[in-house]
Amino acid sequence: MKMISVEKLTKKFGNMSAVNEVSFDVEEGAIFGFLGPNGAGKTTIINILCTLLAPTSGKAFINGFDCDRESSRVRQAIGIVFQDSSLDKDLTARENLTFHAYLYNVEKSVRKQRIDDALRFVDLFDRADDMVRKFSGGMKRRLEVARGLIHRPRVLFLDEPTLGLDPQSRANLWEFITTLPKQHKVTIFMTTHYMEEAEVCDKIAIIDKGKIIASGTPSELKKTVGGDVIYLRTNDNKKAMEDIRNLFELDVSEKDGEIFISTVRGDACIPALIREIGESVLSVRMQRPTLNDVFLRLTGKEIRDVEGPGHDDIKSMVRSYRSRHDRD
Amino acid sequence: MIETNAIYVIVAREFKKFIRERSRLVSTLARPILWLFLIGGGMSRLVPAGGNVSYIQFIFPGIIGMTVLFSSIFSSISIIWDKEFGFMKEILVAPVSRFSVVVGKAISGMVISTIQAVIVLCLFPVIGLRLDVMQVVGVVLISAALSFTLASFGILLASFYESYESFSVIMNFIVMPMFFLSGAMYPVKLLPDALKAVSKLNPLTYGVDALKNILFPYETGRMAADFSLSVDILIIVIASVFFVLIAGKLFERKQ
Repeated sequence: MKMISVEKLTKKFGNMSAVNEVSFDVEEGAIFGFLGPNGAGKTTIINILCTLLAPTSGKAFINGFDCDRESSRVRQAIGIVFQDSSLDKDLTARENLTFHAYLYNVEKSVRKQRIDDALRFVDLFDRADDMVRKFSGGMKRRLEVARGLIHRPRVLFLDEPTLGLDPQSRANLWEFITTLPKQHKVTIFMTTHYMEEAEVCDKIAIIDKGKIIASGTPSELKKTVGGDVIYLRTNDNKKAMEDIRNLFELDVSEKDGEIFISTVRGDACIPALIREIGESVLSVRMQRPTLNDVFLRLTGKEIRDVEGPGHDDIKSMVRSYRSRHDRD
Repeated sequence: MIETNAIYVIVAREFKKFIRERSRLVSTLARPILWLFLIGGGMSRLVPAGGNVSYIQFIFPGIIGMTVLFSSIFSSISIIWDKEFGFMKEILVAPVSRFSVVVGKAISGMVISTIQAVIVLCLFPVIGLRLDVMQVVGVVLISAALSFTLASFGILLASFYESYESFSVIMNFIVMPMFFLSGAMYPVKLLPDALKAVSKLNPLTYGVDALKNILFPYETGRMAADFSLSVDILIIVIASVFFVLIAGKLFERKQ
């Protein structure tokens, strides 16, 4: 069943098209990843799906409800973890979840149980009565995920969930996110600009300048950039290259004293290579294409190169200034 | 559509934060108390009493009005904080009507402001006023109605602003003139015509006037109330409905 369905969605701010005729579907129970540089239109699409923005044209449906016209049905069906924290830092973890439970009309009989379960699920039960102010970035993010699940949504949106987290918390969070579809029967819609993180997705759409430029499973997308590359060092590169050409009909070239071979199934190719010319081989390594290579091929630029201006830095500076002064 | 659960939890959150932030309570109470004793005390020596009402007693209703004004507006302005720090999004994506959010915020402002008004009211014996129970109840009820109105007005203001910088603009260009043109410090009837006209558009004027009506029911001189109590109440109620509806509409805007 299609849980999210988007048809020719367009959003203009003045003359600028932030999102341009975007269409895609997400199956129930899938982890769907939206990839692209900052400013590509990911957050705009999330905001439309979350009913915070009205589209200029086109349609978006969640669980069969129109995001523009049936806002409150859609809102009941979704949970969201925003890019910037939306927790109240002056409340405790439990109070934040309780606030959410009331807001979503979670029945009184199950309210406490659900909150306890959610806190245990994200490993914050022991810190339930601590102010969120004291939490680390990773803890806050986990608490937000827990909060997003309290009302048993059908779709959970994660907008750049690992932004600003250290590598270890990032890895932990991903491990945790991948368990969600089974444990909570929820479809995940996430955005990221960390290509390597999108590997966990069942399906990916790559977006740039408001348009989807490619979509498919991670391995499908990686196939489009030509597959694996095997690097060999041998005691006689010239002879080895000739042998490989004759025996395997593969495309071989040499660079910096290393032979490299492009092939679709590198893992299957290595044993055959070793069998035939193994005696001359000094070392072998293989590189698989990454989603970054996919983006590079599609747009001609690295995803890191096109990050927007240091907007987030400025924002966080302003925030910290304000948080120092907001009690004045 | 009114969702009681949502309204309840919005009020509960504000109330909890209010109770926890003692420093905020102290600083919001310091202002009216300083005004009452430093300005009221000093000016009493300059301004002769009118009838049975001394100047420090005359500004007492105005000082209660000031407490309500600052605390209600401040409470509504917290919406800008919530926008800035992201919490507003949590509320806006919830399946709750914008109108309930506005009502919840207005009631929060009402609860917090009324508590503070009651604390200031407790000073009445210090400045030589004698009040009966009905007068005390009357002041509490008027403070509650007035704070609901002003909190709704604050929400309306907050819906125009996205960032914290606007706070001082609101304070200097809206809140302070509202205070001075409310009859809090001097009777409206003594103002020049132009300012008198502005005063009559100010909802706080009727709140302060209602308090004067309750606190000095028998006063007839220049220190007396400017309008009748029923006019005051009627205008406060109409203004509250008006502001709440407009604020609800403004909140509903999608870009």
